[in-house]
Amino acid sequence: MSTVARKKSLIWDYLTTVDHKKIAILYLIAGGFFFLVGGLEALFIRIQLAKPNNDFLVGGLYNQVLTMHGTTMIFLAAMPLVFAMMNAVVPIQIGARDVAFPFLNALGFWLFFFGGVFLNLSWFLGGAPDAGWTSYASLSLESPGHGIDFYVLGLQISGFGTLIGGINFLVTIINMRAPGMTYMRMPMFTWATFVTSALILFAFPPLTVGLIFMMMDRLFGGNFYNPAGGGNTIIWEHLFWIFGHPEVYILVLPAFGIFSEIFATFSKKRLFGYSSMVFATVLIGFLGFMVWAHHMFTVGMGPIANAIFAVATMAIAVPTGIKIFNWLFTMWGGNIRFTTPMLYAVAFIPSFVMGGVTGVMNAAAAADYQYHDSYFVVAHFHYVIVGGVVFALLAGAHYWWPKMFGKMLNETLGKITFWLFFTGFHLTFFIQHFLGLMGMPRRVFTYLPGQGFETGNLISTVGAFFMAAATIVLLVNVVITTAKGQKAEADAWGDGRTLEWAVASPPPEYNFAQTPLVRGLDAFWIEKMEGKKGLTPAEPLGDIHMPNSSILPFVISLGLFIAAFGFMYRTEHSWGLAVGIIGLLITLGSMFLRSVIDDHGFHIHKEEVLEAEKGVKA
Amino acid sequence: MKKWLLNWRLFSLFSVMALLLAGCGKPFLSTLQPAGEVADMQYSLMLLSTAIMVLVIIVVTIIFVYVVVRFRQRKGEEKKIPKQVEGSHKLEIIWTVIPILLLIILAVPTVSATFKLADVKPMNKEKRNKDIVVVNVRANLYWWEFEYPDYGIITSQDLVVPTNERVYFNLKASDVKHSFWIPAVGGKMDTNVDNKNQFWLEFDQKATDKAGGIFYGKCAELCGPSHALMDFKVKPLPREEFDQWVEKMKNAKPVVTDSVAKEGEAIFNKSCIGCHAVSPVDKRPEQARTAPNLANFGDRTRIAGILEHNEENLKKWLKDPNSVKPGNKMAGTYGNLTDAQINALTKYLMSLKVE
Repeated sequence: MSTVARKKSLIWDYLTTVDHKKIAILYLIAGGFFFLVGGLEALFIRIQLAKPNNDFLVGGLYNQVLTMHGTTMIFLAAMPLVFAMMNAVVPIQIGARDVAFPFLNALGFWLFFFGGVFLNLSWFLGGAPDAGWTSYASLSLESPGHGIDFYVLGLQISGFGTLIGGINFLVTIINMRAPGMTYMRMPMFTWATFVTSALILFAFPPLTVGLIFMMMDRLFGGNFYNPAGGGNTIIWEHLFWIFGHPEVYILVLPAFGIFSEIFATFSKKRLFGYSSMVFATVLIGFLGFMVWAHHMFTVGMGPIANAIFAVATMAIAVPTGIKIFNWLFTMWGGNIRFTTPMLYAVAFIPSFVMGGVTGVMNAAAAADYQYHDSYFVVAHFHYVIVGGVVFALLAGAHYWWPKMFGKMLNETLGKITFWLFFTGFHLTFFIQHFLGLMGMPRRVFTYLPGQGFETGNLISTVGAFFMAAATIVLLVNVVITTAKGQKAEADAWGDGRTLEWAVASPPPEYNFAQTPLVRGLDAFWIEKMEGKKGLTPAEPLGDIHMPNSSILPFVISLGLFIAAFGFMYRTEHSWGLAVGIIGLLITLGSMFLRSVIDDHGFHIHKEEVLEAEKGVKA
Repeated sequence: MKKWLLNWRLFSLFSVMALLLAGCGKPFLSTLQPAGEVADMQYSLMLLSTAIMVLVIIVVTIIFVYVVVRFRQRKGEEKKIPKQVEGSHKLEIIWTVIPILLLIILAVPTVSATFKLADVKPMNKEKRNKDIVVVNVRANLYWWEFEYPDYGIITSQDLVVPTNERVYFNLKASDVKHSFWIPAVGGKMDTNVDNKNQFWLEFDQKATDKAGGIFYGKCAELCGPSHALMDFKVKPLPREEFDQWVEKMKNAKPVVTDSVAKEGEAIFNKSCIGCHAVSPVDKRPEQARTAPNLANFGDRTRIAGILEHNEENLKKWLKDPNSVKPGNKMAGTYGNLTDAQINALTKYLMSLKVE
């Protein structure tokens, strides 16, 4: 089969693709879309809180918006955007032609996508979930309508996708590394992806269990969380946080990875203390599982449990501190270039340190009785998640945009975005620490005048609009760049250190014409320093084996999407059960097809590869 | 580069200004103006942790500013390749050990305070000391019930406690999870639907005077549409006054003299009394007590926990409860009342006083 013959319509191509680079773009678009939705919800929240006794969004509707803001941002924006970066970069960074299971990679995306669409359709079908993103059991079981059902089923479906994605990256990184790419030569972002994938593997099953219990309770008359029926609501809190706390590290470790790459690249120095960075990443991942109950200090677990989890939580500050200092000393003695990605990286240090130290303050259990569920906590986790994760995703998007799309984002607009976002972020969240300490609980739809909350909330709302403006500038930048952006070279920033900068921007379908031989950390930098233009090949030029694209991942996910609707409406509509079963049959049938159809993939012939490579060089 | 520095300066200036404007919050509400032993303990822990953390921030900021200013790329140096440093064991040990030491300094008082705050032995003794005040707090969708088991009296919305002594609490919720928080007096504890939580608080007399005699209490766990409005008030009294209040409560009975209020009483006894009791001595089991006890309604500080306590607001609340507290359980349970009926009810309710 020749390359030309496989030309299909763009949409069909993306619906069926199993290419990690295209899946990265799908994740970027879908995650970006949900990021805008979640951002809009955040703006609504801030408008409502701009002044006391406001009536823009009252009571139950406000609770729906705040629930969907949190759920969307974590599960449907941050997670997929992290997966976008991982898909775009990790296979190339380890010198592989694709991930270990390209079919599963596509399946992971479509499951996430349909889960996200399902969850958001709740807005048009009787109301969104309204029990907070944590959906604590007593409240979520009481909640009328189908909002919580949308939450449970939507997260269940998209959670499968995440779990599949995590397993895929674990296997990819263990099995697909190019010759010479030992574990201790892997780029930091690959290491972060590796540890994150392990966290996903262990953290998502507890969430799945929790969601299944809740699904049973809400849809099928179970009693897992019903104290009157022998159940217990606090079990949900534990299951949720056994997932929920590692989730923070699932998001923030890739962020650390992205910044590690950017600090090294734009300081023109290798990462300071690489091995201690690896050690710290693994340790954070490990400790991340030991601290979940610090979200529950006020639940009444007793002083022994509270004290143990307090001290364990404080311990995480040590490896995180190691990282901060290593980044500072990566820049020390360097030749720092302030590109847009580097601005985010530099701004990340003070912002994230703020979030980190308030984290340690929260860890002091006795004092946390005051912070817990107040705006202090809201400020803390936004400093971590926006100052850490969102900064990293914006930095990573600017940094790898040329690699993903072959065009440089406009630097001037990028810097405007940065300054607006940075200012808006601190304006919005810094003051919230004090609102919390002054007695403002979180998740309140309004506050009364005369309690000292007016000024702080107004400042916070103004800040949110700065961030909104930044997002608009970013969108304009994307449009302008797509229309008439400057074409990117292979080594788009000129200072690339890792393998992805050795292949064309965007890379060819097969990534590497010849699998490279890796001779050390920062493999591409080593070759450049020796005056070579390209990588040392580890194999002769030959035919390249590629996987076939397939519509089945899309259909499998669509089946679950249909089934979820069926089972949700089972009791009030006669067609419910039938639709549920049809949906499951679609899914199981497609899985059966996948199992019985032999798919050997196809080969790109040596001549075609040579032809394509010539095109790039010219 | 200058732009960058300027922005930072503006930012810190702005935050300092914002802080000055905001102050430390209100004395009846802010955790930064502690009004009792528990809040004091927590406030000192906050100060200690803030001090340690500010130290960390200062160190990081100094290195950060130096690095970013000193090692930025200068004109003509675009091609310069700096020395590729692998790392430094000495530095790495320093920035591992010092944070560990700092955390130990914080961990020791944290653990000690955590145990002190959980010390509820006096309330659980087989025969507890008669002087100890125990309050059973029951959180319900948007209102609070306070039961004094040793005195056999019940009140709602306004918690009355003695000052300058430890008051012990049993906490639970009757519908969904809530959380009991009096920010100025001490940290919160959840009211669960599964079990009973216990803790203690101490209300300082001087701080009470400074706060104007009343502290604000809040629900701190998302519990539904009116979570934001699930406020209560705390009236700490010197011990003798508290004892007098208890005696008055024990003997309180509605005394209705006014003819309009009498009309109101008739309406009340027809449609409200099924849920609301008007005597502090309410022997019904808690499942039957589905609405706030109104025995001392006339003495309350707020209507529905949030509105100023006057007849106009009471009428507004009775006419359309959902416009005041969306999702409350009272709306729609007593049909439509005429304005005259509401007037009568208002007169009656305002006459319910023990003081």
